[in-house]
Amino acid sequence: MTGARVTASGWGWRHAGRSRPAVSGLDLDIRPGERVLVLGPSGAGKSTLMHALAGVLGDDEDGDETGELLVDGRRPSASRGRVGLVLQDPDSQVVLARVGDDVAFGCENLAVPRAEIWPRVGQALADVGLDLPLRHPTSALSGGQKQRLALAGVLAMRPGLVLLDEPTANLDPEGVVEVRDAVLRSVEASGATLIVIEHRVAVWQHVVDRVIVLDPAGGILADGPTDLVLSAEGERLAAAGVWIPRFPPAPPERKHPSGTSAAEALLRAEGLSVGRVPFARKRAVAVAGDLDLTLVSGTATAITGPNGTGKSTLALTLAGLLTPAGGHLAATDALAAGLGPAPHRWRSRDLLERIGTVFQDPEHQFLAGTVRNELAIGPRALGLGDAVSAERVDALLHRLRLDHLADANPFTLSGGEKRRLSVATVLATRPRLLVLDEPTFGQDSRTWAELVRLLAELLDDGTAVLAVTHDEQFVAALADARLTLAPGDAIGGVSTGSVSSAGASAGSVSPAGPRRRTGTEPS
Amino acid sequence: MSLMTPEIRPSAIARVNPVAKLAVALLISCALMLSIDWVSAAVALALEAVLLAWCGLSARQFWLRTAPVWIAAPFAVLTTVLYGQDSGAVLFGAGFVSVTEGSVALALAIGLRILAIGIPGIVLLATTDPTDLGDGLAQVLRLPARFVLGALAGLRLVGMFIDDWHSLALARRARGVGDGGGLRSRARRFGGLAFALLVLSVRRGSKLATAMEARGFGSDIPRTWARESVFGLRDGLVVAIGAGIAATAITVAVLAGTWHFVLA
Amino acid sequence: MHASINTLSSPTPPSSTSRKPRVLKWRVVDIVVASVIGVASGVIFWAWGLAWSPLSALLAFTPGLEGLLAGGWLFAGVLGGLIIRKPGAAVYTEVIAAVVSMLIGTQWGFSTLIWGVVEGLGAEIVLALFFYANWRLGVALLAGAGAGVAVGLLDTTFTSYAALDVGYKAVYFVSAVVSGTVLAGLLSWLAVRGLARTGALSRFAAGRESGPTDRALNQPAQ
Repeated sequence: MTGARVTASGWGWRHAGRSRPAVSGLDLDIRPGERVLVLGPSGAGKSTLMHALAGVLGDDEDGDETGELLVDGRRPSASRGRVGLVLQDPDSQVVLARVGDDVAFGCENLAVPRAEIWPRVGQALADVGLDLPLRHPTSALSGGQKQRLALAGVLAMRPGLVLLDEPTANLDPEGVVEVRDAVLRSVEASGATLIVIEHRVAVWQHVVDRVIVLDPAGGILADGPTDLVLSAEGERLAAAGVWIPRFPPAPPERKHPSGTSAAEALLRAEGLSVGRVPFARKRAVAVAGDLDLTLVSGTATAITGPNGTGKSTLALTLAGLLTPAGGHLAATDALAAGLGPAPHRWRSRDLLERIGTVFQDPEHQFLAGTVRNELAIGPRALGLGDAVSAERVDALLHRLRLDHLADANPFTLSGGEKRRLSVATVLATRPRLLVLDEPTFGQDSRTWAELVRLLAELLDDGTAVLAVTHDEQFVAALADARLTLAPGDAIGGVSTGSVSSAGASAGSVSPAGPRRRTGTEPS
Repeated sequence: MSLMTPEIRPSAIARVNPVAKLAVALLISCALMLSIDWVSAAVALALEAVLLAWCGLSARQFWLRTAPVWIAAPFAVLTTVLYGQDSGAVLFGAGFVSVTEGSVALALAIGLRILAIGIPGIVLLATTDPTDLGDGLAQVLRLPARFVLGALAGLRLVGMFIDDWHSLALARRARGVGDGGGLRSRARRFGGLAFALLVLSVRRGSKLATAMEARGFGSDIPRTWARESVFGLRDGLVVAIGAGIAATAITVAVLAGTWHFVLA
Repeated sequence: MHASINTLSSPTPPSSTSRKPRVLKWRVVDIVVASVIGVASGVIFWAWGLAWSPLSALLAFTPGLEGLLAGGWLFAGVLGGLIIRKPGAAVYTEVIAAVVSMLIGTQWGFSTLIWGVVEGLGAEIVLALFFYANWRLGVALLAGAGAGVAVGLLDTTFTSYAALDVGYKAVYFVSAVVSGTVLAGLLSWLAVRGLARTGALSRFAAGRESGPTDRALNQPAQ
């Protein structure tokens, strides 16, 4: 099996229902076995190109094509099976319920005889490093494992061209490395041509030999060996949101690093254990326990740790959305402002002004049909009256640069805009504590910088911030303290955590030893 | 996520071809639906009870899964006793309500019928893996593969959204609209949640369709099957047992004179 | 799957009224989304079936009024038909929904499947009468009514409602048709409009005619 050759001459595509073409005037020649990284700002048509190469853009019903795009001299839709595509969302690519069946799916579609299918499945799983039994349920896989499963499914088809559309965007750092190594291994073994779209250049820099930058206005901006293109276009790309190692986003300015002298404790946890209640059972199963933490106004705390240690569960419990499984969690008078000390007992409306939560997937929080109404939900639930609500909404629209989207449906926004909107909705009711679950997941550098700047402003205003995150840069830029969760000793055991000062003002993260402390002291 | 993907213990019944199990459920349901009488329902129920030992479910799973049937039967009995067709001596009457010997007999028949139809349907399919069912439908019954696999993929996707439901409910609590209010606001919340799930599911469905197409799905090439679905002797035997139960129930009812053909 | 190649240098001028021949063959995305809707509806059917017993007891003061609840099992077909807009969509979606609710476990057992087929046909026939070309509110309501007629006939003949007096049977039939029109017809039509506005239906005709503004659709693919 050799690599496929990709050629394009004057190629363009316009999606049905839109007035401007997504791609236009594209000329390309990619030789068999080459490894290419495709970059470009949002809207440059990178995804459209990937989908076209895989032959899944659709037919007359879905849009209009101009020019010519060929894989091995034939149209992509005529060479299904020669091209494999891995997409961004791990959950939307799993077809069947068992690992082996899912990998075999592609082979079945290509009419590979049964005797040949299962050896291919085994080979593909080995190539991506998924050492799991064939009957393992696919719903029990982590994000990184699901992406590797999708890759295995593609590899089992023995394609000549492997396309990856932001494969690591929704993965934690561990998953990112897993997937990258799996891709490298398999492409080296098979000699297939590789085309990757990603906005984290550092991950793929040493895997690819060639970088192509697409121009949103049509055609190609730059095309050549990795180092050349990155040094020539690096700055411009970084400004457009690509993560170029040499041009990192500027850290925010904090007026009062590590809190002001007027800092007050808002939430205290002592010996807290958190967990969820499984279906049809009464008692919660603890995932993390014996945690001590104090959240102080004007400071940012980061919760870090490997997958499965219960970070999200801890954040949701601290936010008053889940009931603690044990131990003691109490809001001080400064936060509770007249209510009882247990946040999970507060009414939903009372939470609005005290603790705001931003979920990992912004779409889970959308309730209304327009951005404006979405922002107004919080103030209206508080009974603030139309005039005050409208004022707050307009101020937020302006602050987060969502003015021009005020009447759009929230689901039609881009990823970065959705993230900004979900943060904005929480700010509309001015809570004293802000809890964020993976706020920088999958964000390009521009959105990242905006978010960090916004949070820095909030911290200066005296809001406390709690963030669950994998992102070390985020921790370095903002966090004053960090709680690191480590998996329990026994298998299935409960995670424990240790608090350390993160020293945001020093600009580096230096975790203290495993001693447990009963609170954080703003340094 | 036990709703969609049952935990199937390895048992004899789990190895039977799902198409055979489907056929049994079909035969029994059709046979019992043709008449409303307590004899056919009781005979079928008795025979099914004997076979329950081989059903492959633990006691807890059995009662949990058949709960809908046990809830529904008493309600149906009650409704029929009060409002069913009347015949024979009147036992109690007030306005619309009239309890007669005839309506009581009918109610008994209805209750037994619900149990006799519902239980085998649930039990047989609770031990069926959806992928195996799909294989059986496409390979044994030769239903179009595109639709069977598309349906399977949809089933998997929606199974995921039961987890999403919890996240969405938590998000609503965080947005200040999670609780309070009477029936109307509860209904509106439920509607909002259901709609949000529908949106998420349709979007995921579109993305999954693209992924499936990228793996060669949907073309006109006849596909091969990695897992073979065989309809063998054992499966034929199971179907025969089902047919036997259906036939016995009908015969006994006809002989007892209580058979009352619905369409007559 | 064979897009037209325009070898002239100017692309086809964009126009929402460009007449493309209607494709009646199901695409993969049609099958998967119809399945998703069917399965999602099936879960709701199952939950509705659970709630049905106590709810119908509440309505039992006038026997036959339980027909008002029948619409809760009819909306899958109409919803599928309105979104996919191809022959067989209503039947397929309704059958999938019935199968799923049956798989999870209902008291009606295998009869759920038969009911699903007939209910789906009830909606399908109405949509076919309009040549699969008219998708306005009126047609949606009629399709819901069609499904209501189907279930009304089935229930009053084969289920425990066959044991009721004729008067009550008529009440049931009429309530089922009303329920079908409102719960299946109206609700489905509203749901499709709501879905279209979120941009979730961008690959369907239903999403493009009354969908988001062009500006919103031009957001980069996520």
